[in-house]
Amino acid sequence: MAGDTLTSAEYIKHHLTNLTFGQMPDGSWGIAHSAAEAKAMGFWAIHVDTMFWSIFLGVLFLYFFKKVADNVTAGIPGGMQNFAEWTCEFIDMSVRGSFSSKNAMVAPLSLTIFIWIFLMNLMDLVPVDVIPEISKLLGIHYMKVVSTTDPNATFGMAIGVFIVVFYYTFKIKGVGGFLGELTLQPFSSKNPVVQALFIPVNFILEFVSLVSKPVSLSLRLFGNMYAGEMIFILIAIMYSAGIAMGLLGGVLQLGWAIFHILIITLQAFIFMTLTIVYLEMAHTDH
Amino acid sequence: MNINLTLFGQLAAFVVFVWFTMKYVWTPIMGALEERRKKIADGLAAGERGQHEQELAEERAKGVLQEAKVQAGDIVAQAQKRGTAIIDEAKTAARTEGERLITAARAEIDQEVNRAREQLREKVAILAVAGAEKILRREIDAEANRDIVDALAKEI
Repeated sequence: MAGDTLTSAEYIKHHLTNLTFGQMPDGSWGIAHSAAEAKAMGFWAIHVDTMFWSIFLGVLFLYFFKKVADNVTAGIPGGMQNFAEWTCEFIDMSVRGSFSSKNAMVAPLSLTIFIWIFLMNLMDLVPVDVIPEISKLLGIHYMKVVSTTDPNATFGMAIGVFIVVFYYTFKIKGVGGFLGELTLQPFSSKNPVVQALFIPVNFILEFVSLVSKPVSLSLRLFGNMYAGEMIFILIAIMYSAGIAMGLLGGVLQLGWAIFHILIITLQAFIFMTLTIVYLEMAHTDH
Repeated sequence: MNINLTLFGQLAAFVVFVWFTMKYVWTPIMGALEERRKKIADGLAAGERGQHEQELAEERAKGVLQEAKVQAGDIVAQAQKRGTAIIDEAKTAARTEGERLITAARAEIDQEVNRAREQLREKVAILAVAGAEKILRREIDAEANRDIVDALAKEI
């Protein structure tokens, strides 16, 4: 698929470019035709492919679960309800395991995070060229299928999580409690002068740790998925290097895909678990 | 790899999805699970209760059976006793009746004997008188000696 008209570098670059809608240099609005053009659009641009696939998968998830929820019965559950119940119980157990306070929002939030991220990650198992080639036939030249390889998606979710975390921190501990956690630990002293000296030190330490939480939460998911996607792309390049390399590539792709099943589930689970842990920290005092 | 408006688009989508899940997905499914849990618990409790009741009923039935057995035994014993009594009574009645009949018969026989003896005595008296008359007709007037003849007849 690469080769004839594209060099490997171009092929990779093509695969890593989002379908970006934004303002062109000439002032008109439209879809960027190259990675450089997309970059030039700056902040006021939108990745149409990321939005499409994430919302499509999110709606798919909600459609499926809503259908189950509408026909839910306390009697003998059908196949679909069984699956949905199993998922919900799994999430519920995870939440109960690490979240001790009472909050009706945490479990549905975790369910959404887990299933949504899992579905977005799952798109990574579709061979890298299938959907881009189909969309090329439809006249769309850039198509990044895996939304979680777009940092916008992972940061968006992490920011969403931290809005909730901050909301509950302020609600439960108040502004004072929040500032106290930020400045009065880990070092504290009975002597007021020493304590005053400790405050800026504490603040620097705690502020870094506070900021690093959403950043690490989103970058962990993004990094894993991006690297996985990159390896799929590199394997795909082998298909253009003769039959022997192509066969080897096929074996490698199969192996990596099987291994990736673990990674996509694990990353979704880690994102969810860390969300629960951060929310737990927002609900309890140290 | 550019950070742009997509960030907020994703954030908005995320918020909407979470809200939707919370409102329309999580609550009904967990509600159904809770309801089923309750149903199963109720069912198990009912089963246990039923078993307990069955045990009680069995015990009760055993008691009733025992009582019935005892009663039946009593009834049979009573009937036997009553049967014996009736037989004894009948025997006694029969004996009494027999004795009574014998006594009556004896009395009648005695009566007959007495009557026959009376008749015989009268007939003998008449015969004696007739004999004496025949004898005396030749010699004495029967009228004059009637008192003697009567006394004779009485003595026979």
